[in-house]
Amino acid sequence: MRLTHRPCGARDAPYAWGKSWKVDEFDSKRRAIKPLFLQGPSLTTRLVVFVSASLIMMTVDHRQNYLENVRTALSSALYPVYYVINLPVTAGGWMQENFTTRIALMQENTRLHQQATQIKSHLQKMAALEAENERLRKLLDAAPKVSERILAAELLAVDIDPYARKIVIDKGGRDGVYEGQPVVDADGVMGQVIRVNPLYSTAMLITDTGHSLPVMVNRTGYRTIAAGTGASGQLELQHVASHIDIKPGDLLVTSGLDGRFPPNYPVAKVILAKQEAGQFFLKVKAEPTAHLEHNREVLLVWPKPDGGLAMGQPQTPAATPQSPSSAAPQNPIAAAPATPVTATPSRPVERSGPASPAPASAAPATATATPPDNIE
Amino acid sequence: MHETQRLDSGWFILFTLFAAFVLTIIPLPAEVEPFRPEWVALAVIYWCMAQPLRVGVGVAWLLGITLDIIQGTLLGQHALGMTLIAFLVVKFHQRIRTFPLWQQLMIVLTLIAIYKLLTLWIMGILGKTPDTWLYWASGLSSMLLWPWLSSILRTKTETK
Repeated sequence: MRLTHRPCGARDAPYAWGKSWKVDEFDSKRRAIKPLFLQGPSLTTRLVVFVSASLIMMTVDHRQNYLENVRTALSSALYPVYYVINLPVTAGGWMQENFTTRIALMQENTRLHQQATQIKSHLQKMAALEAENERLRKLLDAAPKVSERILAAELLAVDIDPYARKIVIDKGGRDGVYEGQPVVDADGVMGQVIRVNPLYSTAMLITDTGHSLPVMVNRTGYRTIAAGTGASGQLELQHVASHIDIKPGDLLVTSGLDGRFPPNYPVAKVILAKQEAGQFFLKVKAEPTAHLEHNREVLLVWPKPDGGLAMGQPQTPAATPQSPSSAAPQNPIAAAPATPVTATPSRPVERSGPASPAPASAAPATATATPPDNIE
Repeated sequence: MHETQRLDSGWFILFTLFAAFVLTIIPLPAEVEPFRPEWVALAVIYWCMAQPLRVGVGVAWLLGITLDIIQGTLLGQHALGMTLIAFLVVKFHQRIRTFPLWQQLMIVLTLIAIYKLLTLWIMGILGKTPDTWLYWASGLSSMLLWPWLSSILRTKTETK
């Protein structure tokens, strides 16, 4: 007779839901007599071991990046999961392409022709402008701006982390993608690559709470930082003093100060700029121009080395996705660089922020005159 | 007859786990997104209860790490919760099996809540707290899914 782990009377238990459990026969087959206790270390020991392993890994992963290689290797192994999920989408696209009617194709063709003509006319203007720009730059002895190399990539239809704004794209280290690479679409900046695998890579969108991006108001040239809010389709401009000229409809472009994003790519449109009672800074919200949420095709950009810094600005640490633990202090004065440029009162660092009116005049000046430094 | 089944149920377990991962990251409309059940946690609960000698604390930890890698979260964030769930289920698997359905539902809800609470703490420490009550919605949907999930898995593994 076989001994099993079935609890006494489980088969007849009045509350047993459904059939009784026929379990553990796998083990009884292998051993003549089933051991009364589980093999190996006790359950509690295992719990302690694995819980401490988790805690250690979390600490190490958070503080150092030893585990980055492990993560990369393991996530390459998980590519099949992404592939399987993406399969129906790929198949759907293929079907759609193959079963479109002739009329629909013809219509699309006409539309594309019109679009191409329009774009061509724009391009002609652009070529003239570019030539002029280069000539003027030569006159100024500035480095000529070269256009960036661009590679089209496709999104994998996966939804990796519900509490972060991240996307997975189908180009990886094999195609020369690198960490920190800008990702844009036809209408603006989308985000940057945060993790590269041989076959695919993960990018953080500019709306993620962990992302900040130095931008410039196209109309006035005012430079500031656009931080993600975590909400889809919303960015927040930080530390915009109340006297700054900024209004809804203003276009924000990358300033290139980070040395990572090429300058003058559109980022967002201001949708709200208002002074709230009792607040020292303006509340400024902006909506990304890129189609962050519904876009299948993205572009990876390789900025030319002189592209971002052609204006002779100091190289600042780039718009890295900041780890939230080290996120910038809300206090703009503390966030200002170690060597403030302007007439900041002496010992600005000790002032505790926007509470008192005195540093009010100094803070925005500092913030405007110096490159954003709220990122480590 | 049961023995041949037992042999290939290892593959079946692997398959269900793979399916759980696929379901975890398959895209959903934004409105439904918060209600996405915790598939991997449900799979861990089920297998720890049904086959505690095969799927236990160690396997659960590995699955947690895999989930961390897939979702790009801190390594160990999900593993911690998974380990704890697996421990509780393996410890009490004989009792949970005999519970009537509604009690099982309560147990599942509690386990998922513990798991989500641990994850929330870790996210809080990192400063990434989700600012909506919908964070807990997946616990409810997981609970409501349990009767179907467990009966399907049981018919697959136990009868032929």
